[in-house]
Amino acid sequence: MKYVIKLYITGQTPRSLRAIENLRRICDTELDDQYELVVIDVLERPQLAEDEKILATPTVVKELPPPIRRIIGDLSDTERVLLGLDLWSSQV
Amino acid sequence: MGAVEAGAAGVEKLLTGIEGFDLITYGGLPRGRTTLISGTAGSAKTVFAAQFLASGIDQFAEPGVFVTFEERSADIRRNLAGFGWDVARWEAAGKWAFVDASIQPGEPTLVSGDFDLGALIVRIEHAIRRLGASRVSIDSLGGIFTQFDSSRIRHEIFRLTAALKDLGVTGLLTSERCADEGEVGRYGVEEFVADNVLVLRNALEQEKRRRTVEVLKFRGTSHQKGQFPFTITDGHGIIVLPLSAIELRQRSSNVRISSGIPELDGMCGGGFFRDSVVLVSGATGTGKTLLTTEFLSGGAEAGERSLLFAFEESHDQLFRNALSWGVDFEAMEADGRLRLVCVYPEATTLEDHLITIKREIESFNPNRVAIDSLSALERVSSIRSFREFVISLTSFIKHRELAGLFTATTPELMGGTSVSEAHISSITDSIILLRYVEILGEMRRGLAVLKMRGSMHQKEIREFSIDDKGMHIGPAFRNVSGILSGRAIHAANEEIGRLDAMFQDDPNKSLRPPV
Repeated sequence: MKYVIKLYITGQTPRSLRAIENLRRICDTELDDQYELVVIDVLERPQLAEDEKILATPTVVKELPPPIRRIIGDLSDTERVLLGLDLWSSQV
Repeated sequence: MGAVEAGAAGVEKLLTGIEGFDLITYGGLPRGRTTLISGTAGSAKTVFAAQFLASGIDQFAEPGVFVTFEERSADIRRNLAGFGWDVARWEAAGKWAFVDASIQPGEPTLVSGDFDLGALIVRIEHAIRRLGASRVSIDSLGGIFTQFDSSRIRHEIFRLTAALKDLGVTGLLTSERCADEGEVGRYGVEEFVADNVLVLRNALEQEKRRRTVEVLKFRGTSHQKGQFPFTITDGHGIIVLPLSAIELRQRSSNVRISSGIPELDGMCGGGFFRDSVVLVSGATGTGKTLLTTEFLSGGAEAGERSLLFAFEESHDQLFRNALSWGVDFEAMEADGRLRLVCVYPEATTLEDHLITIKREIESFNPNRVAIDSLSALERVSSIRSFREFVISLTSFIKHRELAGLFTATTPELMGGTSVSEAHISSITDSIILLRYVEILGEMRRGLAVLKMRGSMHQKEIREFSIDDKGMHIGPAFRNVSGILSGRAIHAANEEIGRLDAMFQDDPNKSLRPPV
């Protein structure tokens, strides 16, 4: 099953770029190409942030497969990302 | 727009529309700034924050954004419906928007590395732009800290208030405090946003809850100092009682009106003043309700409208009493010259009684207002609240240029003063004392005009009787002293008899020049 992962950022800040880079690396390692990553800049799409009730940036939302999981931060702590997004299962 | 001209320091204010609050703040909240509103749990911070927006929409057509960190927007919508605010309708009309930042159900969000609240700030800015909002309420600071345990949050809150300032909106940010006194907040960020600080209190005073609002500081602009009581009503939300903040700018009138008793008018130098408040004090059964009845009847005879608030007797009892003194309340009520409002004192708080009284006066628009008795209201309040109540009510009555008559019951049958009297005698314009007088084993009644602001009056204590035509004031007690202290001494000496024989006792000629 394909993973659908959304990353919300506020502008192309160093922190945003760091988060994108970290997330891609983790996904490539753990999920091969079985994932779709959507990066949403809330400055351009504020209504999406409103609909999803995003507060902090960067925020990662794993929408599929269920359950929905969220994690915030620049994703520099890989262990917590794997735990928070429940990505262990793909390795089993 | 509810703008008020800038003061000397250039800080404009924004009328909130919250009744009474704009008076004590001299025109509302500092415009374009964020004001911190601090209070303990249950001090009505959320209601205040919501009403700031609701009043803006209702009274000034100013849209508002409500940012909630604690309650979910659905709960807030439901809670506010109780105040008659249809938030869903306002949302549909683009006048109200929620930014729901409350904790979402499900797994707690994990943190991996550095983050900020950029998305939240963008959402708030987006909502403000979408509505063209000029008001923002954020509830509450504590809710932000509950969700994000990070030292970064302090900086983010600073960034948020700076963003609001850039957008030119007037903000309210609620914040919890642990106690009614001491530090205004406990998060250490308050000083960043605290150019302006309001404090709400819900203190327990003599076993009664007393809500107050205080402007702790407004940077660069003036406001009333001290705590002002407020109440929360179903239909109107928060109503602040501005007390003495009502400017005493009413004109003092020289127009006299009849008390309903010609002899009493004579004793007062020609009647009560049209815009004065008279206190009638006496023990139970001395004739306070009778004097009130005469006052109302006097109004009706002059073609005026009167409103009576009765806190001790029922509608039927009052009608029966009046009839026994030859006054037909039923006829007066039938042709709109009288309205009786009978309320059980314990039914509600003093603040709510005051709101009721004001609303009744506004809707009936009388010339005369009587309250029988104030002492009954003392029972439901602390002395401080009671005094504030009387000040506020007196200001309101004088502001509308009405004639007021309040009664107060003294606890002792002979002499003495009532608590009401002790606390309000300096507030009312005139004081009339009714006293039992014991003379040679007989109980008689005496009346004295103790004080009559702005006029000369008789200083004598005169005897009066009561029959089926009402009150009849006779001559003064010439041979008795010590009536006021309750220790009447009958001096049957020949000197008084000799003087009595020399002068005919005509009460209407015994006015003395003012001292």
